[in-house]
Amino acid sequence: MEHLEYQFSRSHEWVKEEDGLTIVGISDFAQNALGDVVFVNLPEVGDEVIAGEAFGDVESVKAVSDLVSPVTGTVAEVNEELLDSPELLNSDPYGSWIIKVENVTDTEDLLSAAAYEEYCETEA
Amino acid sequence: MKLVFEKSRPGHASVILPPLDVEKTELPESIGRQSALRLPELSETEVSRHYTELVHEVYGVNCGFYPLGSCTMKYNPRIDEETASLPSFTGAHPLAPAEAVKGCRKVLEEAASLLEEISGMDAMTFQPAAGAHGEFTGVLLIKQYHDARGDEKRRKIIVPDSAHGTNPATAAMCGYEVVNIASAPDGCVDLEALKNALGEDTAGLMLTNPNTVGLFDPNILEITRLVHEAGGLCYYDGANLNAIMGHVRPGDMGFDCVHMNLHKTFATPHGGGGPGAGAVGCKAFLAEYLPKSALMDGGGPIQVRGFAGNFLVVLKALTYILTLGREGIPQASETAVLNANYLMQGVKDVFKPAFDRICMHEFVLDLSDYKKETGVSALDVAKGLIDYGIHPPTMYFPLIVHEALMLEPTETESRETLDQVTEIFRKVREDGVREPEKLHTAPHSTVIGRPDEVAAARNPILKAQL
Amino acid sequence: MGHYLPSTEQERAEMLKAVGLSSVRDLYRDVPGSVYREKPLDLPEGKSEMEVSQYLRQLGDSNKSYRLILRGAGAYDHYIPSIVKYIPAKEEFLTAYTPYQAEISQGILQSIFEYQTMICELTGMEVSNASVYDGATAAAEGCTMCRSRKRSVTLVSAAAHPDVIATIRTYCYGVGAEMKLVPEKDGVTDVAALKELLTPDVASVYFAQPNFSGLFENAEGIIAAAHEAGAMVVMGCNPIALALMKTPGELGADVAVGEGQPLGMPLSYGGPYLGFMAATKKNMRSLPGRIVGETKDAQGRRAFVLSLQAREQHIRREKASSNICSNEALCALTAGLYLSTLGPEGLKEVAEQCLSKAHYLAKELSGIGGVKLPYPGAFFHEFITALPKRDAVLAKLDEAGILGGLPLGEDRILWCVTEKASRAALDKTVRLVKEVLA
Repeated sequence: MEHLEYQFSRSHEWVKEEDGLTIVGISDFAQNALGDVVFVNLPEVGDEVIAGEAFGDVESVKAVSDLVSPVTGTVAEVNEELLDSPELLNSDPYGSWIIKVENVTDTEDLLSAAAYEEYCETEA
Repeated sequence: MKLVFEKSRPGHASVILPPLDVEKTELPESIGRQSALRLPELSETEVSRHYTELVHEVYGVNCGFYPLGSCTMKYNPRIDEETASLPSFTGAHPLAPAEAVKGCRKVLEEAASLLEEISGMDAMTFQPAAGAHGEFTGVLLIKQYHDARGDEKRRKIIVPDSAHGTNPATAAMCGYEVVNIASAPDGCVDLEALKNALGEDTAGLMLTNPNTVGLFDPNILEITRLVHEAGGLCYYDGANLNAIMGHVRPGDMGFDCVHMNLHKTFATPHGGGGPGAGAVGCKAFLAEYLPKSALMDGGGPIQVRGFAGNFLVVLKALTYILTLGREGIPQASETAVLNANYLMQGVKDVFKPAFDRICMHEFVLDLSDYKKETGVSALDVAKGLIDYGIHPPTMYFPLIVHEALMLEPTETESRETLDQVTEIFRKVREDGVREPEKLHTAPHSTVIGRPDEVAAARNPILKAQL
Repeated sequence: MGHYLPSTEQERAEMLKAVGLSSVRDLYRDVPGSVYREKPLDLPEGKSEMEVSQYLRQLGDSNKSYRLILRGAGAYDHYIPSIVKYIPAKEEFLTAYTPYQAEISQGILQSIFEYQTMICELTGMEVSNASVYDGATAAAEGCTMCRSRKRSVTLVSAAAHPDVIATIRTYCYGVGAEMKLVPEKDGVTDVAALKELLTPDVASVYFAQPNFSGLFENAEGIIAAAHEAGAMVVMGCNPIALALMKTPGELGADVAVGEGQPLGMPLSYGGPYLGFMAATKKNMRSLPGRIVGETKDAQGRRAFVLSLQAREQHIRREKASSNICSNEALCALTAGLYLSTLGPEGLKEVAEQCLSKAHYLAKELSGIGGVKLPYPGAFFHEFITALPKRDAVLAKLDEAGILGGLPLGEDRILWCVTEKASRAALDKTVRLVKEVLA
């Protein structure tokens, strides 16, 4: 199992801490289930996100899936590269962050990489 | 093929108008258009050829079998088109004095009274231009009713998970929270789930019956009773009305308002996506909330579009109803149901029906086992059917059945056609077993193969480069 | 009785037997007995095609047919080239479903793609959808797409069409958003009053160009005020006037909408008409309804598909911003065909004739004693007169087979002149008005 530095939500987002910010993306399992991502609806810098609630969504051709925030806090940065190249979420899910959150006050109960792998097996 | 713009040549044109016979007025420059107007320049022959080329790349009901579930692609009689193109109707101005449009008013009155009888309702509006627009209107009747009573706690609309996407989207447009309830294993409403969802906050229920798996919910009277008991109202989505005309009426099942898709049940053509008409009927106690036009009627509680609606579509539907009449209307429905059962009987040993029992006017096939065996999906089968000259059924709907194909043959197909279609399904099934690759890449006989939808969505090109 | 069943009673009886049933009631066995109809509906007996045809012709004949229509107010009597009537009646165009199966629907998809291009060209906007129900719903959907979490109020010019205002109000009532009217002054939107109303919670401002009275609005003023306050602008426009007037694109509007009926659709007592909607690229994903995009198939052939579907109700369900799932495809095809037939010069000619003939009638009428033009502003093909004996004037015209303008208020008439009115017919109108007022 790679990506040991990541933790995971049960709604298939990954979370990583870096420079005091909480970085959020979607897992390989999620991008696989979605299929070809064609668009990402992103929040704006300064928006509040709440643990367990949607902060945006990802579109494939025939489906749309909520992006659920694993943490409560304020959006510090959004990855605007995804607006032009949504396919990055397919080709490099762990290298393609979606938002960075600051002033985090609450975090969902997250899974370790190993526990998440097990969780995905039961889901699949 | 080439776009009309790519056929354009400077100076090609038709002469349509005589020269201006009064002095020319110019707009003040401050108001005037600054950019060039790059419309195509073509002679009439070129226009005619272009559209004839386009028409050759369209599959209509006149071309062959069109079993799109939930869409009721029945034959669209030409006489309906002829009456709707009479200049006495097409030339009528919606704001002409009442005396001058007696015929139009009579058309609307007569169509209303016939549709009230068919649906078991007391009043009708023709403003809504489509089924979804009718849903919006109908749920606004429910909203106004609760509002007028000051019953503000009713914030929720209950929708079964088998419903068309328009139902939850409509409830949201009307400011309601949507409560999705899971269907019972038989595809019908789960009474326990309904009871649990009902409460003081229930504004209403939106339901299709027969439902989207093609079954008539036998508990319908209990369902509407429970909703009423909780203080909610019942909305009937008339998408599947073609199954039951003359045999049972939404009004008698306990529904308070309904929309009817004139472009499905009453044989008006779909026009490649519209115009249709979503007539909305309601019981007398809701009639005061029906939409009116500010200009035509001097205003009313709500208005969902301009003027009186898609009048010509109503006229086509009236032509149809008058033709069929008392005996023909129920006969159309029972034949639609019979054809669906006959076809299901034929194809059920080809692909597994999701619910193997007497169906109404449509039924759903579940191809998930077949996909496991062969790797061939419902989409592949649908595309394979095209190569045999028929239109595919509705795919991947309802959402509660995996690998779903939904077939609605309608009453305007013959036994011979249904037998041939059964054979075609058998052949496609065999193709998938023998040569799955052929189906993965189907269709092969069409002007284009499967378009790259991912590229279309990632890099949208939504107009021509001029 | 007529029917469209390609089967005989005997065949149907055999089919019933084949599915193991013995009666029609068996097909409906899930219908509770207490509501199953044993008695026939109270409908008239069915008729033959000839009888129905004769009956409906008779109904049609009880409408009055006018030689000249000088009434507009949202429904415009333009000349429709012959080819524009015949091509949309081809059965494949007429009877096809929404083009979900792209491989056998390229004709419809391409016609919509061409229509979208033409709407962009007319409005000067970057993206167009495949159309919505009519001009009023296009305006209401346009206002809906501008709403956000932070901004929910819609401002609507009181000088807009009453049906459009009422429809926007209804859509706002639906979602529980507030709508406020911007008052009019001298027949046009009061820009000073608009500025007062532009609070930080305003999502959009709707106005029409030309407005209900036919007058050109101070579009620059309205748009600048809205944008300064951070609100978006939904601009309603007459598609024929767009051939001559500044486009929403040139003016910087965010969304352009309008009633497409003048583009080749007959009056038809109010419908079917065509709602067109176009927006800036930035707002592309907020557009409701169908949108057709160009792509390729596996062999690299040009292909058209319904695109950006993840915005729509069948995927987003309760999270979709609109429930619309059809467009007015055949009307969009008609509009594209109308514009292709007229071409750029032809459309300009129609617009110029409307403009010139309306001004001719306005000038001639205002030369009659007692007739006044209450508003000083520039107008397109509609204008208001104030005159005594309004009803007598309209009755006199009606007698002569002329549908006069729309009566408004006590002494006002809203006239509309299109290219169909000849100078002689307009002169006759003026003569008749003069007679009544003499």
